[in-house]
Amino acid sequence: MLEVQDIHTNYGESYILQGLSLRLGQGQVVAVLGRNGVGKTTLIRSIIGFTPPRRGRILLRGEDITHLAPHEIARRGVGLVPQGRRIFASLGVGEHLEIGQRAGNGAGWSFDRVLELFPRLRERLRNRGNKLSGGEQQMLACGRALVGNPDILLMDEPSEGLAPLLVRELGRILGRLKAGGASILIVEQNLAFALRVADHVYLMSKGKIVHESRPDELLRNHEVKARYLGV
Amino acid sequence: MTFWVTQALNGISFGMLLFLLAAGLSLIYGLMRMLNLAHGSYYILGGYVGLATIKVTGSFVLAALAATAVVTLIGVVMERFFLRRFPEQELPQALLTFGFLLIFADLSLWLWGGTPQTLPKPEIFERSIRMGTIVFPSYRLFVIGVGLVIGLGLWWLQEGTRLGAMIRAGVDDAEMARGTGVNVGLLSTAVFALGAFLAALGGIIGGPFVGVYPGADFEILEMALVVVIIGGLGSLKGAFVGGLLVGLLDNFGKALFPELALFTVFAPMAIILAIRPTGLFGVR
Ligand SMILES: Nc1ncnc2c1ncn2[C@@H]1O[C@H](COP(=O)(O)OP(=O)(O)OP(=O)(O)O)[C@@H](O)[C@H]1O
Ligand SMILES: [Mg+2]
Repeated sequence: MLEVQDIHTNYGESYILQGLSLRLGQGQVVAVLGRNGVGKTTLIRSIIGFTPPRRGRILLRGEDITHLAPHEIARRGVGLVPQGRRIFASLGVGEHLEIGQRAGNGAGWSFDRVLELFPRLRERLRNRGNKLSGGEQQMLACGRALVGNPDILLMDEPSEGLAPLLVRELGRILGRLKAGGASILIVEQNLAFALRVADHVYLMSKGKIVHESRPDELLRNHEVKARYLGV
Repeated sequence: MTFWVTQALNGISFGMLLFLLAAGLSLIYGLMRMLNLAHGSYYILGGYVGLATIKVTGSFVLAALAATAVVTLIGVVMERFFLRRFPEQELPQALLTFGFLLIFADLSLWLWGGTPQTLPKPEIFERSIRMGTIVFPSYRLFVIGVGLVIGLGLWWLQEGTRLGAMIRAGVDDAEMARGTGVNVGLLSTAVFALGAFLAALGGIIGGPFVGVYPGADFEILEMALVVVIIGGLGSLKGAFVGGLLVGLLDNFGKALFPELALFTVFAPMAIILAIRPTGLFGVR
């Protein structure tokens, strides 16, 4: 579904991603783990086109999307749930869903179905983005990406700043999306959460992938966990 | 009594004219973080093109159509082929728009000469409306009506449509709007064109009472900037309230204390800024 091939990404002079490759298959949930500042968000930014890589390629369904504009990449089927949620302060909940709406891959995520998935949002339909709680913002960020019916969903630390109860709720929602056939690339620092939802995990350090395995293998590999995650 | 009513109407109608200019200036700033210094030039170009059209056709409506069409096109060309090359670079953009201001000023001087000119009013507004002892100049009422209609239309566009929601999303967080699939570049062109259209419309409806003359571009830009600063950058409501405020202050200032000139506008602006640095309705 998504193939990242040896990408190198800079912010001006600082060289962040130093030859990173990974793949996300159809219907898979893949987690990328790594400590603070290893470049996880930069990976997401490279894929969605905010900070295009200087070298390497990114393929979506075999098509090269490396140097397309972000809105083109989004329209071709990449849904983004960014770090920090980035809810639009002056838009109502309903408006977030309206501007994100597209037929996309035909998974059938409509305005109403998203509200069924997140009943809290229906109650707050007319509230502006800056009036929502953290949990509600996270649901809205997911909903905004879903109504575009993307082929793949990029989620950057979705559990960040959520109460444990909400993290569990988020896990359930991811489970439902996966059961519905969604392909998800999720970036996390929360190891337990990532291991619970992912089919495959990558570990990142200093802009490179340093380890990949099934989640249960990583769980048992204490040396790798200690070295790259500090646990 | 007649004095106060007439001056108030004059102030409000001038305020509506300023609103037309400030609304575009403010919308463009909100989405593109760019101050278009050539915005006042759209006003005089609108006025001059309108005047030329009236001389040929005698029709105010055709003049309005021609002026807004020509100036909107100029706006689109400026945004697509020039400003687009310097995204988020304030200094190059400011210099570029200032360059356009100078070019348009010289071009107008060369084409239309240096004598101040006014557009003829549409005939139906030549007469005044009399109520008892008070006389209302009907053209001023027409200008106020146009301002109100445009204000309502813009408010509906911004708050009530999907397009407006996309524009606000772009103002809040342009990068995230792109990541949601919104073509912010195309929106910017559209908003820039809308701003140019409104300024040209200002030139047409302001033509009969403010007139067009060399330097009007800069004067009107200056007043519109004051409006935007008072009202708050990026706020439509701010442009409207600010426009009315500045229009009234300017008009009563000139009528009551002619020797103080622009002081009656700038002093309140300084006071408002001291109390609310972001302007009346601005968030940033
Ligand atoms: N806009 C930027 N300009 C310059 N450097 C940046 C920029 N954004 C991030 N960086 C740097 O790039 C490196 C990687 O940042 P990135 O945000 O990708 O890390 P991360 O793995 O997502 O971290 P976190 O877990 O804290 O979200 C960091 O050293 C950071 O300081
Ligand atoms: Mg990050």
